[in-house]
Amino acid sequence: MSFLRKKLDQIKKPFNKGEKWEKFAPAFNAFDTFLFVPDHTTKKGAHIRDAIDLKRTMITVVLALVPALIYGIYNTGYQHFHQLGETFTFMDAFLHGAWKIVPMIVVSYAVGLGIEFIFAIYRGHEVNEGYLVTGLLIPMIMPVDIPLWMVAVSVAFAVLIGKEAFGGTGMNILNPALMARAFAFFAYPTYMSGNKVWVSDASTIDAISGETILGTLAHGKPVEHDMWSMFAGSIPGSIGETSTLWILVGAAILILTGIGSWRIMVSGVIGGAIAGLLFNLWSANGLMAFPWYQHLLVGGFAFGLVFMATDPVSAAQTTKGKWIYGLLIGFFCIVIRVFNPAYPEGVMLAILLMNVFAPTIDHYVISANIKKRKKRLASATVKSA
Amino acid sequence: MSNDIKIRKGLDIKLKGEAEKTISDAPRSKNFAIKPTDFHGVTPKMVVKEGETVKAGDILFFSKYSDKVKFVSPVSGKLAEIRRGAKRKILEVIIEADATDTYKEFGKKNAAAMSPEEVKEFLLESGCWPFIKQRPYDIIANPEDQPKAIFVSALNTAPLTADVEFILQNRLEDFQAGIDALSKLTSGKTHVSVEAGSSAISGVKGVEVHRVSGPHPAGNVGVQIHHVDPINAGERVWVVGPEDVAIIGSLFNTGKMDQTRVVAVAGTAAPKQQYFRVKIGSGMSDLLGEIPVSTRIISGDVLTGNQVSNHGYLGYYDNTVTLIPEGKNFRMFGWMPFIDNHIPSMSKTSLSFLFPNKKYEVDTNLNGEVRALVVTGEMEKVMPIDVYPMQLLKECLAQNIEKMENLGIYEVAPEDFALIDYTNTSKIEAQSIVREALDLMIKEVG
Repeated sequence: MSFLRKKLDQIKKPFNKGEKWEKFAPAFNAFDTFLFVPDHTTKKGAHIRDAIDLKRTMITVVLALVPALIYGIYNTGYQHFHQLGETFTFMDAFLHGAWKIVPMIVVSYAVGLGIEFIFAIYRGHEVNEGYLVTGLLIPMIMPVDIPLWMVAVSVAFAVLIGKEAFGGTGMNILNPALMARAFAFFAYPTYMSGNKVWVSDASTIDAISGETILGTLAHGKPVEHDMWSMFAGSIPGSIGETSTLWILVGAAILILTGIGSWRIMVSGVIGGAIAGLLFNLWSANGLMAFPWYQHLLVGGFAFGLVFMATDPVSAAQTTKGKWIYGLLIGFFCIVIRVFNPAYPEGVMLAILLMNVFAPTIDHYVISANIKKRKKRLASATVKSA
Repeated sequence: MSNDIKIRKGLDIKLKGEAEKTISDAPRSKNFAIKPTDFHGVTPKMVVKEGETVKAGDILFFSKYSDKVKFVSPVSGKLAEIRRGAKRKILEVIIEADATDTYKEFGKKNAAAMSPEEVKEFLLESGCWPFIKQRPYDIIANPEDQPKAIFVSALNTAPLTADVEFILQNRLEDFQAGIDALSKLTSGKTHVSVEAGSSAISGVKGVEVHRVSGPHPAGNVGVQIHHVDPINAGERVWVVGPEDVAIIGSLFNTGKMDQTRVVAVAGTAAPKQQYFRVKIGSGMSDLLGEIPVSTRIISGDVLTGNQVSNHGYLGYYDNTVTLIPEGKNFRMFGWMPFIDNHIPSMSKTSLSFLFPNKKYEVDTNLNGEVRALVVTGEMEKVMPIDVYPMQLLKECLAQNIEKMENLGIYEVAPEDFALIDYTNTSKIEAQSIVREALDLMIKEVG
């Protein structure tokens, strides 16, 4: 370890202050601090500091994503072979999925981190770790058959327009991963919806029809999957979103470590359930009659709520605000599903919509605190007068 | 109405190296120093020149902008040096001490028989005034103000801090006399907060006693003020440290300004973890001996104290000296969750959460790097005052005075943000942000 450290310090020399590559220090530091937590000590303020930092926070989210990712990779192969009617082993399915998905992840990280590095050097700050999560989320919410160049363009749009244009990490209004998906959805609609994209090779092989459950419902057809498949995730859909089971494992990791907001997740489920129940009472079409608890299992509802709605930057920031924010996301997700004929899934639009309203929610929550203070001041002035 | 203050939000950081409850007399320092930097916002105007002799209680300097506020020598001796820093700012006024102190005689007084004006005059003249600080702004009180209340927090909750009840065990008479004098200064109430379950100090008369329970920062006087009688814009509350009250009391009882403190020396790197009786301004090397540079010496506690060198001096208000190892070392993959579990964390990404009662040895490593503010909700967990800490910090950075007022800047002091320094993921220096914002408020609002 000390040998590696010495070697790194040697390589680092030209990046130090006053040396010729000083400007590129953020790029080097990103790799250096990935290997070692630096030897920085406290200079002012509290002399001791908590073990947590942004790297640890973001890596914990990445770890929470891994179960859903691994299942997503397997499910990609499973859907492919299952629809072709071939016999296959777990390994076959996994390798088929990996062959499709790993390149997407590589492209997402390469493009996104490339832009982040350039901005860090240009602005002279360290590379923020937020993209470690965004870069993994983006492939997980894409249909498996999307061409890689579309992934690259979407990522570039999300990072440039969705994040850096607002000032970088911590300043963005909308969730960058959803920005990428929304961009792809509106720029390349044929690759992002319909019944030809959700299963690997469905667009090229006619024998495969990859229709999602929500797509089936929107077309007024009966659903062929049982509830266990919906929960376990052996259904067509975006790569990471199908398995509620493994998403719940991720949710458990986020809640137990205290990294993700359980308030948003819980209130989101409540909001979704309320909307689902109301529509069940109405029952005018297949999507409305679809049982409310199954609404919570299918589509991107669970994935969006656990991993995207809880993004602290774009979510409401106050405790009360988080309850309201989550509740409305759950509610609007189901509403959009039922009322939007062009697009049977609503979670992406629901979260983006509430991202926009999150500052407003916080504004009213904080106003209550300010009002309380002003009222106290007024009564104190009356007393002394 | 109950007088109890129960705090739920906060965090007790459990550290190794608590001071053992024995008191020794520390060897008398050769040099003592009063550091004008301990008095935030005070510009010193020297009265004594280098080479002149002073008695204990003689004035050394006064505040340029409030010339009634005087600062006196803790010992008798010769003014050895006025040490200056950049722009000739006075950093330390160093007194070469005599072998034993001769005191300036102020004459015994009985506060009960004095008018508020006489008490005030006496405190100003004797150099006791700097013990009285005001909220908002956390600076030395302006003698012209009328405080709506006076608060004394007779408990410490920050890690490894001195036990107030232990310090005051033989000084309760002085403490009472100090309280009697201070109560004269306000037309409102005088409040003393004690640890729930404490008996000795709660017997103090003529005040409203509050029993405080809960995690740090329950012992912060600002938190107690907020729960008893919150500060509104334009109001002033005065606060005095518990041992400072006893020093004021002893002035009334003996007529001498005896600035003796009991200081807890704590922390894993301390040579001896116990209590010492010292004079304010004692030299660190006399109190601690030679300390290697790999150790950080903190005058105060680990959350709010100031770093001092081995040849530095005890801070004016400090009852605690903490020594912890410096953390100038690299940790491979230390950012992985559940790696390096010897470092405690409020989040549950270190296994330390499984052992809530385990005591930890900590160093001064930042455990990460400064980043943009991303994580929300963690600051609220350690802020028992009803403000939105992150939003307030952002307005402080933006220097938006009206919004700072709206969000409660008058109710907070830097020390109330110390736990945010400690816990926040982005390694934001919350205390210095608040300090700078308060300085701006002093300048713009007053």
